[in-house]
Amino acid sequence: MKLEELSARLRALYAQYGYRPYKMSKFEEYELYAGNREFLLSDNIITFTDTDGKLMALKPDVTLSIIKNTDVDVRAGSTEKLFYSENVYRVPKGAEGFREIMQTGLECIGGVDSYCVAEVLLLAAESLRATGRQFVLDVGLPGLPAEIAAIITPDVEVQGQLLQCAAEKSLHGIDAIAAGLQAGPNAVNNAAVEALKTLSGLYGTPEETLAEAERAATGLGLESELTELKTVLAALADSPVKDSLRIDFSVAGGRNYYTGIAFKGYVEGVPERVLSGGGYDRLVARFIPGAKAIGFAVYLDTLELLMTPETAQDGDVLLVYDGAEAAAVLREVQRMTAAGLKVKAVRSAEADKYRGRYGKIIDAGSVPVFNGGDGQ
Amino acid sequence: MSGAEFLNIALPKGRLGEKVYAVFEKAGYPCPGVMDNSRKLVFENPDAGVRYFWVKPSDVAIYVERGAADLGAAGRDILLEYAPDVYELADLGLGVCRMAVAAPESFRDEPERTLRVATKFPNIARSYYADRGRDIDIIKLNGSIELAPVLGLSDVIMDIVETGTTLRENHLAVIDTVLPISARLVANKSSYRFKNREIRRLAAAVSDAITVAKAAATEAKA
Repeated sequence: MKLEELSARLRALYAQYGYRPYKMSKFEEYELYAGNREFLLSDNIITFTDTDGKLMALKPDVTLSIIKNTDVDVRAGSTEKLFYSENVYRVPKGAEGFREIMQTGLECIGGVDSYCVAEVLLLAAESLRATGRQFVLDVGLPGLPAEIAAIITPDVEVQGQLLQCAAEKSLHGIDAIAAGLQAGPNAVNNAAVEALKTLSGLYGTPEETLAEAERAATGLGLESELTELKTVLAALADSPVKDSLRIDFSVAGGRNYYTGIAFKGYVEGVPERVLSGGGYDRLVARFIPGAKAIGFAVYLDTLELLMTPETAQDGDVLLVYDGAEAAAVLREVQRMTAAGLKVKAVRSAEADKYRGRYGKIIDAGSVPVFNGGDGQ
Repeated sequence: MSGAEFLNIALPKGRLGEKVYAVFEKAGYPCPGVMDNSRKLVFENPDAGVRYFWVKPSDVAIYVERGAADLGAAGRDILLEYAPDVYELADLGLGVCRMAVAAPESFRDEPERTLRVATKFPNIARSYYADRGRDIDIIKLNGSIELAPVLGLSDVIMDIVETGTTLRENHLAVIDTVLPISARLVANKSSYRFKNREIRRLAAAVSDAITVAKAAATEAKA
């Protein structure tokens, strides 16, 4: 399968569920990103000055452009469902320079309810299934660890450190920070420390993990945080993707972007996440007051590792034509291509370069020899 | 990406890696030949389901992040400097040392001047001094860091300090401890999902082996 084929398959899937295609320009005014930096995956943005003097940027992100241009009547309870397939430009984490990243995804904006969330999770899982590989969709609630960190300490910087440890599943790291706090003047809520460790270490199917997560949350009076997650998982309990759902409270990686449910998708054979998504009510509220939103992106570039080349060979025939008359060679090439063959005509000096990449090598020595001149 | 039947483990070459392997062995993941002095690069034990390979210590995190290894043992210094996208499943309690700022014994800090800091760890240095609002000039070196202040290349150094002998021999003294360092068990995020049971079993066994070793050491001291 080729990436374009997978992308087309995903677009067809989203259209089947009533999502409309959304096409956008490669550029946006830089101001859009400057004002919403905390929601971007990377700080680096390619900018240029347009002919009218405006500072423009090559899109590092799709979601911002979509919500900026989407008009939803929230009071009427309407919801806009859109999908896209776009290239974005940013510096991936750990990379040395800018990359063009092929991204396909969807956004659901407006009166987002539990059905919408369940549908988005279903489509995320189906997107992973479309790769043809074994997959898992990890679902979590970034807000819950954040609330527990706030119970442990009022110090926002230390809360960030705790959440970073939670994102790395570093339970010893949480212990070390808690020990540092315990040595300080303020009392530390040990039950909250244990609850954060429990949630960070949890990983498994909803059946294996939800009860334990609920116990940890209930001890701190946070059980209502799990209500929507339970409703959505119950909605997906009979879906064909239910066996691939996992609970992981470290899923948001310590980012402040997501609200409500967040999720990440992995497919076997790719060492990093290939899909990322979640609710982003805080961001959408900046553009559409009262609206809720949820969406995800499939990072097609990460799936390149899995894509098989169309054929093992470049073509069928390598035609070596040294000294043969140009018209005769052209006739021979046309005859072969008309028969449906893929042909490359080369001089013998180049033939070695292509040996093994073509099914057959034919020496055009039998065609009339061109005598002298430049072959024109 | 790694084969499904084995847990692929990247060990850091050198004394630390040998200690790490000893813990894995005690935890029930032995592999004959790993400690032999040979040119072989990869060692397998199908019965234990493990495949070990030795890599440069600073490369362990990259092997794990990119999925060539499912697990690895990397120093906290490397993890903080390169910030790889991996899980940190256990503190192995090995290779214990500290990241510290050291300066010539005669050094007197002048906060109004830009501080010249020689280090192998520019990201850690940048973050440490940014937290303190101090303007610094980072001089990235790849070795013999202690030489920098001796020759006037830098005012201070930020480096790993184990016993402090090298510092003393060069008339340098620790002026600040940045953070404690030890080796950590790290896991690739995708492997954590698709080899979850195996990885968690190994992490638990390794943690138990460390606890037993620590208890034995405490008992011996007593």
